[in-house]
Amino acid sequence: MSCTSKRHILEIDELSVSFLQYENNRSSRQIELPVISKLSVSVHEGEIVAVAGSSGSGKSLLAHAILDMLPYNAKVGGRMYFDGELLSPERIRKLRGNRIAFVPQSTTYLDPLMDVGTQVGGSKKNKEKRKKQRELFDRYGLGAETDKKYPFECSGGMTRRVLLTSALMGNPELIIADEPTPGMDLALAKKSMEDFRTFADEGNGVLLITHDIELALEVADRIAVFYAGTTIEEAPVSDFDSEETLRHPYTKALWRALPQNGFVPLPGVQPYVKDMPEGCPFGPRCSLYTEECRGDIKMRRVGCGTVRCVKCEGEALSVEEHYDTGR
Amino acid sequence: MIKENLLFAGKNFIRMILLLVAVSIVTFALVSVSPIDPLQANVGQAALGSMSEAQKEKLRSYWGVDEPPVQRYFNWAKDAVRGDFGSSLLYRQPVTKVIAAKLAGSMFLMGLAWIISGLLGFVLGVISGVLRGSAADKFIKGYCLVIASTPAFWLALLLLIIFSVWLKVLPIGLSVPVGVEAGGVTFLDRVRHAVLPAAALSITGISNIALHTREKMVDIMESDYVMFARTRGESTWSIVRRHGLRNVLLPAMTLQFASISEIIGGSVLVEQVFSYPGLGQAAVAAGTGSDVPLLMGITLVTAVVVFLGNFVANLLYGVVDPRIRRGGRRQ
Repeated sequence: MSCTSKRHILEIDELSVSFLQYENNRSSRQIELPVISKLSVSVHEGEIVAVAGSSGSGKSLLAHAILDMLPYNAKVGGRMYFDGELLSPERIRKLRGNRIAFVPQSTTYLDPLMDVGTQVGGSKKNKEKRKKQRELFDRYGLGAETDKKYPFECSGGMTRRVLLTSALMGNPELIIADEPTPGMDLALAKKSMEDFRTFADEGNGVLLITHDIELALEVADRIAVFYAGTTIEEAPVSDFDSEETLRHPYTKALWRALPQNGFVPLPGVQPYVKDMPEGCPFGPRCSLYTEECRGDIKMRRVGCGTVRCVKCEGEALSVEEHYDTGR
Repeated sequence: MIKENLLFAGKNFIRMILLLVAVSIVTFALVSVSPIDPLQANVGQAALGSMSEAQKEKLRSYWGVDEPPVQRYFNWAKDAVRGDFGSSLLYRQPVTKVIAAKLAGSMFLMGLAWIISGLLGFVLGVISGVLRGSAADKFIKGYCLVIASTPAFWLALLLLIIFSVWLKVLPIGLSVPVGVEAGGVTFLDRVRHAVLPAAALSITGISNIALHTREKMVDIMESDYVMFARTRGESTWSIVRRHGLRNVLLPAMTLQFASISEIIGGSVLVEQVFSYPGLGQAAVAAGTGSDVPLLMGITLVTAVVVFLGNFVANLLYGVVDPRIRRGGRRQ
């Protein structure tokens, strides 16, 4: 490893997810729809890693794959490691809610028929857990009357806070947060980000899934950029200070599209799974596109980050080398 | 609060009255276009043949057979609103008295079937939905699909053949033993006679409730909040107990109360097969015997029972669902 010697909490190596589905509504033939191919991202202790990408790039599916929450027709490939050990579905089931916590994206993740206090703190008989839940609610400005409220009585912002506190209930080492801030006001969003910071500084990790690149730049240590189900670049946040320090043409285009950097839009759209180009998914929109982009492209290490682009000179990256025991 | 409740009850009462008027008109219209000649059906072919034209004419005008249907309906309705539903032509007793006696017999049978099919259907549906794709699910689903396509009366005949004819463990029909004084009939006797008809009704009733509950349970187990509960480390059993049952209870309640109408419908055929002297059998007799007053009475009573069932379901929503309980109060 080049720039950090910190312990890996989470390491995702070339994850792929595909869905089996019927070809069309008249056919009985099933086809595999590869929605994620070659997703790689890692979280070290003390780090907030932001996963950024437009909608449809596979961000939420990544969270669902790590937590074994994919629907039954999903097929998962590649490897995931937590704390140096391979993550199997059995191991995930032991870890989630315990060492891995999840902050979901949508407010439909609360049971509509159970009051939020019970949902976060569990049964009233468990005094200890209820006390902790009360403390966490207080910290996020959810008064005592909130305990008895049902999800339909909570505003969007309140629901977000409830979801956030439920992640902090256990003693996790890794929090996976899927778009945790929309609906919160700025002060609250900042507060929750500060909490993530404090949490990470205690030797834990946060995987922050967001489409808000501004937020990612502000709070994250590293940013992984997803494009059409593939990780195209993973870079320390400082690399986003200028275009030159970035590696992938898409990341550079993303940088140029930021308001403070010229607000230049990139023509074209992310390809849909069914008409994915061969090789680099960004190929058709890339000015550097050549024949060699059509092959299988490996992640390469360039400086303190990694990139998936044949135009970038760098050493080949291999996750296996530091996990020879776990295989 | 009290005012709202009164308004709610009042609205529903008006609705029920309108329903009863509509049901009585439709029933009356259907009976009046029925090809059965009331004179022949009630006097008998032989007796009618031996009667003179003048006697027949007298009978016709006494029963009002030649009056136009609308006039006949109003004659009936005028008395009905005063609580006089007329006399049954078949039983030679006031309709209310006949219905009361038949209803008492049917209530025991239908109540038993309603509770058994509701409980078993719910439990099977929940198991099947939670363990979707497992051997248990396939078995329950298979059972339900087979039973759902089996007519209740055919199943009743099958039960009769197996338990009454071959095994001879249960009585072949009626609601009480033959040749025993009314006072000498024990509760156990009644239960023994109700077992087979209740079983026939329950077995067919289960499948509908189980399949619907299963569908709902599958949806719930795939919902975001169950997924989130899983990520919090809750076990499947804890999820079913804490979130599953809570959320499946509402649709299950709707089903359970909606199934009243199906139980009543099924009881008509099943009572016929078992010669069980209940409302269903009386309805068949009234229909084929052109006993209009009795048929009208039975139709109205069943309509009231079904309506009240749905009304109770509506009331219970308010108790179970916080979105209605609290959402309603806030407005």
